[in-house]
Amino acid sequence: MKRILVIALLVVFGIYLAQALFMLEFGQQFFESGVKDLYLTASPLKLKVANTVTAIVVNFRGFDTLGEVTVLFLATTSMASILYKGRHKLGKRTVLFSASNIVTTGSKFLFPAIILLGAYVFIHGHLTPGGGFQGGTIVATGFLLMLLAYSDYKVSHIVLSVVESFAGITFATIGLFGLVYGGSFLENFLPTGILNNLVSGGVIPIIYIAVGLKVGAELTGLIYIALNEKD
Amino acid sequence: MIIYLILLFFLLALMIAAAIYSVVQKDLLYAVIGTGVISLVLSVLFYLLQAPDVALTEAAIGVALTTIIFIITIRNTTRHEGESKNDKAK
Repeated sequence: MKRILVIALLVVFGIYLAQALFMLEFGQQFFESGVKDLYLTASPLKLKVANTVTAIVVNFRGFDTLGEVTVLFLATTSMASILYKGRHKLGKRTVLFSASNIVTTGSKFLFPAIILLGAYVFIHGHLTPGGGFQGGTIVATGFLLMLLAYSDYKVSHIVLSVVESFAGITFATIGLFGLVYGGSFLENFLPTGILNNLVSGGVIPIIYIAVGLKVGAELTGLIYIALNEKD
Repeated sequence: MIIYLILLFFLLALMIAAAIYSVVQKDLLYAVIGTGVISLVLSVLFYLLQAPDVALTEAAIGVALTTIIFIITIRNTTRHEGESKNDKAK
């Protein structure tokens, strides 16, 4: 009886959802006017940022990004504090079988390319799709590949925490500078330059590089601690 | 246009199939791979719907990192559903 009730509820819910979805068509514009016009015109003309998503995330909605970075920091810190066993007890990882020669050599070749791709994604965040969060995650997956291929690969915790703290402080400091000079948090106070140049958009590339380094360091440390956990 | 729609609905059906597979599967490792397939297809869908930023995020976080964290968790606990850690030690 209970099962039939659940199925009936799901069917009703599904019918309404399908109706709502069939009213929309893929790729159509529904909002005739609104704040999107302001974003679409102001980001190339005023901020000189080619990627509008980046302009919204870092400039127009920059305070939300600070919250996102804080949430990520708190999540990784709490997970690390659960898994952390003291620096000297962080013993060797238990491996079921060691990686073969092909895997180790291949990952040695792939590792610089992955790091380069991640750096490209977060340095070019204001020009091409992508940004700090995506680039940082790609960097972390590069370290993950090395950690999986070599069972004795080590990541320095001190370097990771220094990079992470430095990047976080840079982000907050630039935001506060914007508050002092521009009037609102993360307001642009540097010259914007020419559209589509690498050095353009004022503070946006600096912020995205900081976010990328921060996210990469956090996720790398998280994976390292999780992999090394011994019972 | 019609081919594009057929492709979209095929990808959606693939996502639903992967989701059902990962719910039904008793072996948790296979279930996690199923969720990874959902994220992979979802990132392709995001790309087709002209949201490359979201597609990059989904590909990097959903496919790589979440799957790996779940696999590490499975390695440290148990692999099959309904089995406790003491059963594994026996």
